[in-house]
Amino acid sequence: MATTAKPGRTPSPKTNLIGLEKSEYRGGVSTLCAGCGHDSISSQIMAVAFELSLRPSQIIKMSGIGCSSKSPAYFLNRSHGFNGLHGRMPSIATGATLANHSLLAIGVSGDGDTGSIGLGQYKHLIRRNVPMTYIIENNGVYGLTKGQFSATADVGQSLKYAGLNELPPIDLCLEAVVGGCGFVARSFAGDAKQVRALLKAAIAYRGTAVLDIISPCVTFNNHDSSTKSYPYGKEHEEALHDITYVAQYEEIVVDYEPGTVREVRLHDGPVIQLRKLNEDHDPTSKLTAVQLLEESAEKQEFITGLIYINENRPSLPELQHLPETPLARLDESALRPSRAAFDHLMAGLA
Amino acid sequence: MESGADEGFGAARRTLLRMLTLINSDGPLAVARNNVEVQRMSALEVLGRPQGSPKDRPAVVNDFSIVVATVNGSGSQTANNTLIRAIFKMGVPVNGKNLFPSNIAGLPTWYTIRLNKDGYVARRDQAEVLVAFNKDTAAEDLAKLPPGGVCIYPADLKLERSRDDATYYPIPVKEFLEDLDPKLRDKVATMVYVGALAELLGIDEAEIRAALLQHFRGKEKVVDLNFGVVQTAAEWTRENLPKSDPYRAERMNATEGLMLIEGNTAGALGAIFGGVTVAAWYPITPSTSLIDALNGYLPTMRLDENGAPTYAVIQSEDEIAALGIVLGAGWAGARAMTSTSGPGISLMTEFAGLGYFAEIPGVVWDIQRIGPSTGLPTRVSQGDILSVYFLGHGDTRHVVLLPGTVGECFDFGWKSFDLAERLQTPVFVLSDLDLGMNLWMTRPFEYPDQPLDRGKVLSAEDVNRAGGFARFADTDGDGIGYRTLPGTDHPLAAYFTRGTGHNEQAVYSERSDDWEKNLDRLARKHDTARTLVPQPVLDDSGRAEVGIITVGSAGPSVYEARDQLREQGLETDYLRVRALPMDATVRDFVARHERVYVVELNHDGQLCKLIQLETPEHAGKVRSAAYCDGLPLTADYVRNAILEGES
Repeated sequence: MATTAKPGRTPSPKTNLIGLEKSEYRGGVSTLCAGCGHDSISSQIMAVAFELSLRPSQIIKMSGIGCSSKSPAYFLNRSHGFNGLHGRMPSIATGATLANHSLLAIGVSGDGDTGSIGLGQYKHLIRRNVPMTYIIENNGVYGLTKGQFSATADVGQSLKYAGLNELPPIDLCLEAVVGGCGFVARSFAGDAKQVRALLKAAIAYRGTAVLDIISPCVTFNNHDSSTKSYPYGKEHEEALHDITYVAQYEEIVVDYEPGTVREVRLHDGPVIQLRKLNEDHDPTSKLTAVQLLEESAEKQEFITGLIYINENRPSLPELQHLPETPLARLDESALRPSRAAFDHLMAGLA
Repeated sequence: MESGADEGFGAARRTLLRMLTLINSDGPLAVARNNVEVQRMSALEVLGRPQGSPKDRPAVVNDFSIVVATVNGSGSQTANNTLIRAIFKMGVPVNGKNLFPSNIAGLPTWYTIRLNKDGYVARRDQAEVLVAFNKDTAAEDLAKLPPGGVCIYPADLKLERSRDDATYYPIPVKEFLEDLDPKLRDKVATMVYVGALAELLGIDEAEIRAALLQHFRGKEKVVDLNFGVVQTAAEWTRENLPKSDPYRAERMNATEGLMLIEGNTAGALGAIFGGVTVAAWYPITPSTSLIDALNGYLPTMRLDENGAPTYAVIQSEDEIAALGIVLGAGWAGARAMTSTSGPGISLMTEFAGLGYFAEIPGVVWDIQRIGPSTGLPTRVSQGDILSVYFLGHGDTRHVVLLPGTVGECFDFGWKSFDLAERLQTPVFVLSDLDLGMNLWMTRPFEYPDQPLDRGKVLSAEDVNRAGGFARFADTDGDGIGYRTLPGTDHPLAAYFTRGTGHNEQAVYSERSDDWEKNLDRLARKHDTARTLVPQPVLDDSGRAEVGIITVGSAGPSVYEARDQLREQGLETDYLRVRALPMDATVRDFVARHERVYVVELNHDGQLCKLIQLETPEHAGKVRSAAYCDGLPLTADYVRNAILEGES
């Protein structure tokens, strides 16, 4: 697709709009296995943060426990990070964003962290519409504990350590849609361009944005028969749309035939452009989203892209009517009622 | 308790003053003396006499207990609170204890009201006046009456008068309600016994109306409806039931300047004045009323100039998430709290360990009840002392505050936030069901005497000036590092928080020396906490051989028992622990005494064991006088336990 930026505001190749270089979005050296899908996602997070000119100090990186949850140490060193408990990142993120709603929360979880031990917190995060980007690095397998099946593993799949999986997978996108999540997308770590576009849209979304990224585990689950492998993903990925994220400050020059592009305008102005590929999918319909997920699971299709979007739900801080100044920044005059208020209270209790 | 007979009111006032001073530990009460002369005779003295005609018995004034037996869900709480407040407003020291089942409606419940002119507020085993409004338990309740007791019951109960020493007052409850809308009858039926008691005991009807006005927040219509039933019942009683028992409530002014409040409400108010910004919770008896009080008071007390709330209260999906929200919020700079009870505490264990090791402030109230699991969820216990102190895995010792009065619930409500932020750690406040859910007399609270202590937090300018910072370096030698809050706009402000091993720079580390250094520093921090937490309350003559150490709501039973022991010739010294870790005061107290009894409301003597751990050289003279049956401790129990130990 064709876009051009406004004259005179083109970021120089080296620095972005806030004058930071790419290197200033870097993290520590990854200790994950060479070729891990998670490292590829970390790279896209760094690229997106740079391209969107996000201020690192305004970002918080949240995670649970597992290979995926280690990764926040490998990007954005200038952002505060919190590697929490297994499956409990949603509650920590809920507290952090209530304390300071001006922070931009990026959470990284895995299929075990989200789909098993943390399924309850995942559903309740979504139910509350906590403002954050929630990335699931989904590989169907537990890595740090050496290769057990996770709850997203395919039924009938065999693994060296775990044997045969006879239980059906939990579809974390379906859980999100059913749970009322207003931004649900699936992608593939091997499709960097799509991951970047979806990440940008997710970050711009004002509530909980779930991004389920199939992210192959090269050590335990990358063989050809695994639907969570690189070879399978590369061969079978079917993108719903050609997705482009258009930030507010860019002038859009679109040259598409009518009826081929859907545009979703986000709360603060950015636009998600979805160019129809094969069959048209309407991501604003919850029923269509559920049907798409059920049917693709039945046909064993690997669909990726923006599955569902709904901007109408207020986020948790909005529901709480929180003041513009974050709670964490309120000073004593706002936090401690006056002596007069105290005396009035005591008089009423006497 | 035979001293009452000859003591003038001056002595009674002094007793009350002394007791409230001791258990409030916040200065003497400034209240006027009372010169009213009334005939006084303690309940025990009456019981010791041969039974004559009830009418010949001398009056027992302001020194007896009432037990109201009703069916759970019948609205008796309104009636009981009304009685307590009315008696309190008559100037008579009073305390109420609710013994209720884990049930919405239908099971038996008992509410005990103790009137005591000397100001004793501990539970007593027996109550002289029974309101037998539950047909299922009436026979059993009657059997429990002490000799010469009083039984007030609905006339249609067909109660078998199994006790020939009791005084019976049957009340035709249904007849008083016949004229009322059937939908309202159940709601006001309990007002019948309020009216009967008012007439029989001499409780001032004007004070009953005032108490109803307070209860119903000034809604005249509902007050009139309830008070109408009270008056009708009182009038009928006056005309039909000649008074033939000795128990009387008479006006005095021992409660002037005091107020009545539950510990959970006091704790919530403390939190509000402590600047709570995020509260996350999951419903559990007996802690829910603390959050109810937060939700009740916050909307009027904590709005900004635009009317926006300066707080968020979140009902979470479980206690795990509740503490997760608290730690996330505390990490990001909020003053965050939760309130729970034993089973919730066990669910919070992993987060408690993370909070300790990742050094994140937060406040956790534990309103203790009998565990494990559902245990006896509506009965009191101090059974979480050991588990909370060591909550976590690996080497964990938490800061634990132990309020023993409603005044301390308020004080610790705000101080806990200062301690949590100063020490960068979760701070636990261990209250219990008795302290938390029952009404207690107290002096008005004191406005916080210190500004908020936000602890060692570096701004962007601070980081810039210092050229960076190491999150877990012990720069000041107190074991406490400096932290930055997310959002601090400086390239060197960020750090990575984790439960896994880390070095001083908060960088992941599995090195043995990093781990060891970190634990050493955390131990130093724990020693710093010893100097910052509330000190014990001490009443130490320096002459007694026997010392009694107690904790929390067990205080009043020990206080009363000490007076009884003194009358029997045994002087004792007193120490009430108000926080963990313990300071040198406890060690010195143990060292100074020949024998030390630790009175607490659990089976295993948990505080006793901790004291033995802290004073190994004296462990042999520290003896447990722990007890746990689901009810608040009585002075009789404490006295007997110590006499037994001394025999």
